[in-house]
Amino acid sequence: MYRYDEFDHQFVRERTAQFRDQAERRLKGELTEDEFRPLRLMNGLYLQLHAYMLRVAIPYGTLSGRQMRQLALIAEKWDKGYGHFTTRQNIQYNWIKLEDTADILAALADVEMHAIQTSGNCIRNVTTDHWAGAAADEISDPRPIGELLRQWSSLHPEFSFLPRKFKIAVTGAPHDRAAVKVHDIGLRMHKSDTGEIGWEVIVGGGQGRTPIVGVTVRDFLPEHELIGYLEAIMRVYNLYGRRDNKYKARIKILVHELGAEKFKSEVEAEYARKPQATTAVEERELKRIEAYFAPPAFEKLPRWSHAFEEAKVKNANFARWARNNLGPHQVEGYTIVNISLKPEGGIPGDASADQMRLMADLAGKYSHDELRVSHAQNIVLAHVKKDDAFTIWQALDAAGLAAANYGLVGDIIACPGLDYCALATARAIPIAQSISRKFADIDKQEEIGPIKLNISGCINACGHHHVGHIGILGLDKKGEEFYQITLGGSSSESASIGTILGPGFAGHQVPDAIEKILDTYLQLRNPGEEFLSAYRRVGAKPFKEALYAAA
Amino acid sequence: MPLLKNNTLISDTWIHVGLDDQLPEAGDVIVPWARLLREFELLSRRTGKLGVVFTNADRAEALATFLPRLSVVVLPFPAFVDGRAYSIARQLRDFGYRGEIRGTGNVLPDQLQFMLQVGFDTFDIGERFPLSAWQAASKQMSLAYQRGLFRRSAEAEIWTERHTDAEPWLEQPHAG
Repeated sequence: MYRYDEFDHQFVRERTAQFRDQAERRLKGELTEDEFRPLRLMNGLYLQLHAYMLRVAIPYGTLSGRQMRQLALIAEKWDKGYGHFTTRQNIQYNWIKLEDTADILAALADVEMHAIQTSGNCIRNVTTDHWAGAAADEISDPRPIGELLRQWSSLHPEFSFLPRKFKIAVTGAPHDRAAVKVHDIGLRMHKSDTGEIGWEVIVGGGQGRTPIVGVTVRDFLPEHELIGYLEAIMRVYNLYGRRDNKYKARIKILVHELGAEKFKSEVEAEYARKPQATTAVEERELKRIEAYFAPPAFEKLPRWSHAFEEAKVKNANFARWARNNLGPHQVEGYTIVNISLKPEGGIPGDASADQMRLMADLAGKYSHDELRVSHAQNIVLAHVKKDDAFTIWQALDAAGLAAANYGLVGDIIACPGLDYCALATARAIPIAQSISRKFADIDKQEEIGPIKLNISGCINACGHHHVGHIGILGLDKKGEEFYQITLGGSSSESASIGTILGPGFAGHQVPDAIEKILDTYLQLRNPGEEFLSAYRRVGAKPFKEALYAAA
Repeated sequence: MPLLKNNTLISDTWIHVGLDDQLPEAGDVIVPWARLLREFELLSRRTGKLGVVFTNADRAEALATFLPRLSVVVLPFPAFVDGRAYSIARQLRDFGYRGEIRGTGNVLPDQLQFMLQVGFDTFDIGERFPLSAWQAASKQMSLAYQRGLFRRSAEAEIWTERHTDAEPWLEQPHAG
C-alpha cells in the first residue's frame, strides 16, 4: 500500500501545526466560533450533540496493521475505547475534546494518517471498492487513482470553499461496490479493445434530500487527462453551484437545473480553455504511486484447499461463515475475508480498541498487513489464504467478530442518528439493533438471501437509505420519531433510488414491518430470485398490501 | 485603507470611484464593473491607470476583452465561505492577465495562502485581525500538491519536486 515520502510527511506535519495554532486561537478567543467552524471542519472536527466528533480519513478505505493499532490507541487514550467505521470508509470518534485534537492529529501523522477534508465544503476523502486489488472481477486496482486524487484534492487552494461538500468515488471493477453513480463524481474504469485504461466520468449523483443517479459526461477519458478534467468540473461547480440554499447546493442540483447537456458543455468549454500544460508530471506521479500498489507476493496454491474444505465439513458454524463472509479472490487458493461489524444487537460499524488490535494482528499474520474499511461499515482482509481461513475465523469468533451475516439482512448500514448527531431527526442505531434482534435466526437470514437494508436518521441520508434494497428513514413528526420505508434502491452498477412504500411507522413497529415485507418476498419469489430482482419484477403493490391492507 | 502586499502594509494610492461619482481629472481609478461596461471608452481615454471591482456572480469571460487595459481587478468576498473568487482569479490568470488581483471583503488570515496560490497579489485586510496574524498565516504550509499555482519562493510544488531529477523513486523500497 501507499507509503508517505518526505513530502507527504512534511505536508501532514505542517497541517497539524496549522490546526494546533487555529485551535489555540479559538480557545484564546481570537477566532469566533463562526470563523473557526469552517477551519475545524476542514480537519474533520464536528461539534455534535454531546461532544466534538473527529472523523479520521482512511483514504480509499485501506490501512495497515500499524495504522489500525494507532486507531485503537486513539480510541483508548482520547475517546471511550471504541470507534465507529463510517459509510465513507472512515472512522469517527464521538467523544473528543477540542484541547486534545491537535495531539490526536499528531498521533495520526506518526502513522501517515490525517483528518484533512473529512468534513466541510471541500473535496472529501476519496472512496473505492473495498475489494480493490483482490476482487476476481476487477480490471485493475483503482487505488492508485484514489491516492493521486487524495493528493491533488488535499488543501486545493481553488476548491476549499465550495458551495457544499464534494464526494468522489472510484471503481476498477464492472460490478460496482463503490456506489459511483450516487456520488458527486463517480469514476468507473474501462479497458479499450487495445488494452488501454480509461475512465467513465459520472457527475451529479447523490443521496440526501434529492436522491439522483449521476449522468455520464465522458465515456472514456484517458487516464492522464483525469486531473485536468476534474479541475474543469470543479471550477464549473465552484462558480455556478448554488450558494443561496444549502439544500440545493450540491453539484447534482446544478447538473439538474442546467440540464446534463448544458452542464457538460460548460465543463468542456472550461476544459478546452484551460492552458494545456503537459501532463507528464501527473503520468510520472501516477507511475510512482502504482508501484506501491503492486500486488503482494502471492504463493502458488491449488484452487482446492484441503484444510479449508475439511474445516467446513467439521464445523457447521465455520461453514456458514465461509459461505456468507468470503469473497472471490483473483488468485487461486486465496479468498477475501469480510469481517462483519454487525453482531446481533450491536451498533453497526462500531469496534472496540481490542477488536481493532485483533484485526490488525490477523492482517499482519494472514493478509499482508493490510485491512480495508467497506462502505457497508465492515472490515475486509483482502488477501487471505484459504488454508488460513479457519484459524482466522476462530480468532474472530473468540472476539465477537464472527457474525456470519455479511450481505444478509443483519448486515445493516446505519448512521449514528440522534444518539450522537446534531443533524439527526430520529434515532437509527436502536432501529438497527431491534431489526438485527428480530432476525437473530441466521438460518432465516440465509433463507432470505442477499439484501441491503440501510437506515438513515435524517434526510441527509448518511445511512444510504435511498439505495438500500430496503431503506429506512427516521423523521420527526411533532416531536415523535417515525420511520419511512423505501423499497427498490440500489447503489450497484444498475443503481436506482428506492420508492416510498406508504405512511411511516413508529420505531417499535419497524421490525414487524420489515418482517412482513420479507415474508411477502419469500412467498412470491421465483427460485433463486434475490429480493431486489423480485421487487423489480413485481413492483411495490404486494408489499404495500402486506403492510397496509390489514391496518 | 492599507493594503497587504508581500506580507507588508502599503498605502492604497488608487482613487475608488462609485457608479455615479464624478471622475477625477487625473489619477488612477478603480470603478465598479457596471461603470466599466457603461463608460469604457471614456475611462480608456484618461491618462491614469484603470481598475475594476468585479463581482463574483459575473462570468470572468465577460472581463476578458477589457483585461489588456486593466491594471487592477478587485474581487470581493461577500462571505469568507464563498469561494467563487478563487476560481475567478485563476481564470483571469489563465486568460493571461498579469496585472494586480486584489481581494477585499470578508476573508480570514487562514485563507490568505490559498488566495496567494490562485493568483491574488494584494488584500484589503480590514481591522478584524492584527497584521501579525496575516503574516503568520501566509506561510503555514510550505508545500502544495497541486501544479500551476502561484508560489512564494519558499514554497514547493510536491509533484514537480518529486519528478525533477532522475526518477529516484524507482529505487525506493516498496511495501508491496
